[in-house]
Amino acid sequence: MESAVLVSILLSVIAASTPLLLAGIGELVVERSGVLNLGVEGMMLVGAIAGFAVTYSSGSASLGILAAALGGMAMALVFAFLTLTLQANQVATGLALTIFGIGLAAMMGAGFVGHPVPKLPGLDLPLLSAIPVIGPLVFGQDFLVYFSIAAVIGASWFLYRSHGGLVLRAIGDSHDAAHAIGYPVIRIRYLACLFGGAMSGLAGAYLSLSYTPMWAEDMSAGRGWIALALVVFATWRPGRLLLGAYLFGGITILQFHVQTMGLGIPPQFVSMLPYLATILVLCAISSDATRIRLNAPACLGRPFHAAG
Amino acid sequence: MHLEIIARGERSRTWAYLSPVLAIVLTLVTSAFIFAFLGKDPLAALKVMWIDPVLTKRGFAELFVKAAPLVMIAIGLALGFRANVWNIGAEGQFIMGAIFATGVALYFYEVQNWPVWLAMIPAGILGGALWGAIPAFLKLRFNANEILTSLMLTYVASLILLYLVAGPWKDPDGYGFPQSRMFSDAANSPRLISGTRIHVGVFASLGIVILGWFLLQKSMLGFQLKVLGQAPRAAAFAGFSTRGLTWLSLLVGGGLAGLAGMFEVAGPIGQLTPALPTGYGFTAIIVAFLGRLHPIGILFGGLVLALSYLGGEKAQIALGLPAAVVKINQGILLFYLLACDLFIRYRVKIATGRAA
Amino acid sequence: MGEAMGSGALGPAMADSRPLLLGLKGITKAFPGCLANDAVDLDIRAGEIHALLGENGAGKSTLVKIVYGVLQPDAGEITIAGEMRRISSPAAARDLGIGMVFQHFSLFEALTVADNIALGLNTAAARRDLRSRIVAISESYGLPLDPDRVVHDLSVGERQRIEIVRCLLQKPKLLIMDEPTSVLTPQEADNLFATLRRLAAEGCAILYISHKLEEIRALCERATIMRQGRVVASCDPRATSARDLAEMMIGAELAAPAHARKPDAAAPVRLAVQDLSLRSNQQFGVDLHDISFAVRAGEILGIGGIAGNGQGELMAALSGEILALAPGAIALDGVAVGRIGPDGRRRQGACFVPEERNDHGAVRDMTLAENALLSAYRRRRLSRMGFIDRLRTLLFAGEVVEDFDVRTSGPRAEARSLSGGNLQKFIIGREILQDPGILVVAQPTWGVDAGAAAAIHQALMDLADAGAAIVIISQDLDELMMLADRIAVMAHGRLSPARPVAELSVAEIGLLMGGAQPERAEAAHAS
Repeated sequence: MESAVLVSILLSVIAASTPLLLAGIGELVVERSGVLNLGVEGMMLVGAIAGFAVTYSSGSASLGILAAALGGMAMALVFAFLTLTLQANQVATGLALTIFGIGLAAMMGAGFVGHPVPKLPGLDLPLLSAIPVIGPLVFGQDFLVYFSIAAVIGASWFLYRSHGGLVLRAIGDSHDAAHAIGYPVIRIRYLACLFGGAMSGLAGAYLSLSYTPMWAEDMSAGRGWIALALVVFATWRPGRLLLGAYLFGGITILQFHVQTMGLGIPPQFVSMLPYLATILVLCAISSDATRIRLNAPACLGRPFHAAG
Repeated sequence: MHLEIIARGERSRTWAYLSPVLAIVLTLVTSAFIFAFLGKDPLAALKVMWIDPVLTKRGFAELFVKAAPLVMIAIGLALGFRANVWNIGAEGQFIMGAIFATGVALYFYEVQNWPVWLAMIPAGILGGALWGAIPAFLKLRFNANEILTSLMLTYVASLILLYLVAGPWKDPDGYGFPQSRMFSDAANSPRLISGTRIHVGVFASLGIVILGWFLLQKSMLGFQLKVLGQAPRAAAFAGFSTRGLTWLSLLVGGGLAGLAGMFEVAGPIGQLTPALPTGYGFTAIIVAFLGRLHPIGILFGGLVLALSYLGGEKAQIALGLPAAVVKINQGILLFYLLACDLFIRYRVKIATGRAA
Repeated sequence: MGEAMGSGALGPAMADSRPLLLGLKGITKAFPGCLANDAVDLDIRAGEIHALLGENGAGKSTLVKIVYGVLQPDAGEITIAGEMRRISSPAAARDLGIGMVFQHFSLFEALTVADNIALGLNTAAARRDLRSRIVAISESYGLPLDPDRVVHDLSVGERQRIEIVRCLLQKPKLLIMDEPTSVLTPQEADNLFATLRRLAAEGCAILYISHKLEEIRALCERATIMRQGRVVASCDPRATSARDLAEMMIGAELAAPAHARKPDAAAPVRLAVQDLSLRSNQQFGVDLHDISFAVRAGEILGIGGIAGNGQGELMAALSGEILALAPGAIALDGVAVGRIGPDGRRRQGACFVPEERNDHGAVRDMTLAENALLSAYRRRRLSRMGFIDRLRTLLFAGEVVEDFDVRTSGPRAEARSLSGGNLQKFIIGREILQDPGILVVAQPTWGVDAGAAAAIHQALMDLADAGAAIVIISQDLDELMMLADRIAVMAHGRLSPARPVAELSVAEIGLLMGGAQPERAEAAHAS
């Protein structure tokens, strides 16, 4: 009995963490290239509805997941065009992307409210998935959960072990120097933005296909913003992002359990927990200014114009 | 063929004014395409959205009622945006202003006298300023990014609102609906023009435009904000206080958003309800940019965005379009604006493929 | 005039039998509002050290960026070893055997030496066994380098070595060096010259860009001189006097500033710094340790040193952008101001010119009038009761433009529309016209053409003659030797005792710049 409760808690922690991890790892790579895209929330919502709508219409979750990634990428492309090609302010454009994304997703989703889709199927391995505790936790998750872990490992490998990752980090550190050596700053930032968009879209897909397999307006409820904060928390390192995302997943789940424990705390206060925790964590990490300075990409948010 | 973007020696003043106009025109064209895509007659739909709402006296007045909070908040935000202080939690500050004002209204529920309304004004400002002070403190003390903290606080504010209307401030005669009592007449802003909902807050926002104009365009403080935003090192060189200006930005920004929240509960709504947050705090960001962070521009920007709200309502009723069309339009408008701003700093040449 | 000196691009090298490596013909490049290169011809032979000489803005940088593929010419031909080439990118240039060491290094602060070098290599094959090859090359050329150190921990000289090693790993046929010694001590520069001579002896051509005449005379066998985008002369610098080279470069004779001042040793101390220590607020900055000096009325104190040894922090501490820990650490006319910010220090009579013009000393996107307001609002009363006095501000900006011969359309022009030299004249004028009792200037003529530099030097001396105490922080030793009465040197955040210019040799200053203790520097002087 005890272990069944534990498993259900851990399962819900994984579920709450996965969207943060997906969106966070995407944004981490984007920021490492020196671009600050505050539109994660908007890309996530568009991904959520795109994934949901296609899954609902086609009956294929795979197509839905693909659509979610493409939806997020389309949004990211708008952002990249404005900020990288047209040199628009990254903060303002990111905000615009979020406002637009909320609206677009709400419009696209107007006809889908209240319809359920089947939850993404979990892995089902003979024997392995049946092992108590470990089975459902390790061998019973759905595709996007495994993908999120793989993405962290992949991003970590890419950033620190591949030449492409070195170039990406170099561009985030000094776009002028990278340009002088001859690296295509803008093109690489475009690619990073598209990756970030795809990952945010997948995070949205996880929300609308697995976490709560349905569509609701604003269903991301600030997770895009929390993912942004997590990137700071992680000091732009994939491994720490994993830790941060699971920590936050844990806090979210704690909130549900506090609510059911009947401590007499009004539910609204308990619901504040993730937001307050975000603020708290942000303060704790940022107050060490040297750590931020040593890790933050030096060109983060700065526009690049290749002039003579 | 490709675009070649060439830096101008100096920023173009013409384009600084032209860019918002062009952005509005492009937004209208785009929304016409969206209407056509949704199977509506684009021209008729445009008329419904952008002209019909203001054909009546009442509708025309409503434009100002809607614009008032947008303008008020946007001027506060403009202070910060000029200084590179990105307060995007005006929505939360708006809610807190409304909550504090409601507190006064409910506490003095039995007092049937206008000082109640008067006392709600500082309460609203205080609530908003308090909520703006938190990101300011966290930024200066812990170096925490104000974009994220102010936004997180917006979620917290709406949860406080939900708690209050569902709990301690729930209307005892409200059939269980989560909302406060209707305020007594003494706690409602005086209506000024019969047959319309024009209230004191509309004129207050005009006053704030004028004050904002003096502050931002004429005063040393406005100059300091601008220098801090454009070149923080130059601000340090000049001896302007980054801390002081950050506090100022967030306190005034929060205070004005709180005041807007106070006028909203004490005016058009008349009670605290969960439906209070309608995104004014976010829309005001667009207003501030559309108005070039200039108070007079913000006044016009506020009217344009107010019209988009009214038009959105009309479009829902008359055309059966989803409410989200308003937000999409607003997002597109901001996209176009940011894109058109390119022309202020750069010339764009269309090059037709170079030799070899 | 210069044209009389040389005779076309080939000139004295006509008899050279070494094969032609790089040929430029009619290279032209225009930027909005300026013709940076106007039909430039240039030939470089294998194994020669070829100087490209010219003032700031003469078009040298543009030309070498074209050779290195960073920029594309509007017109003209490039041949390499006799074959016509189009160099579309730096990678293409590297494939053709061209390497370049930039003036402002194209290094990545947060990455290691090995990573930085890897980024400059085109192919995965070239990046194989990189660490051992870095060690091998750096040892064989006497350029010690640890591949695992992170760049932000390295000195400027070490950083330059990274760039050079990066080029050498590709066995270049042509190495372009852009103002390489501007960041080195004289001793480090000598080491660099030895490396370059060895490379040339091995057959590598070197295109050496500089405006320092003596080092060109010592190092190069041929010089091409550019002025206003054109090649104006070509000569053998070993056989040409520095004075002739300078006149070819400048195109006119320059009046040397009058240096008839004799500061009064009994004049009151106007600026006193006592045991100033503070932590840097900059990323990878340098902390200051126990800095003490005093400047009397009518005196100019020069502070030398290689960039990045705490000069920026000292400037910030003097201007009040970073506050000292103790009020008494800095005193202006006897008033302790260590804990007072820039505005309060201006009230006490001090004015400042920071090193960086763009967005520090002036705001690029603001008009000259607004930039006048920036630092002169207090001393020139440009604001009243918190409101800006537009008229007074415009008039004051106009006065600066007029008195300091700032070439601009007027006080309403944006700072970004001015050339670097004109903006510098505006900033210095803005501070001097505030009639300061104490003026602290960093890099007064950095990137300024010779004419403007002379005007700035004269203005500074006039101000000192009028009784102000002046501190000049500069990396340009010639400038300090010419202007200052006493010189002190910064190294690793410490300041050597100030000594009268007459008692100092360049070699001694060089040792101090390298961080040697004053005693040792003196010993070197004595030996």
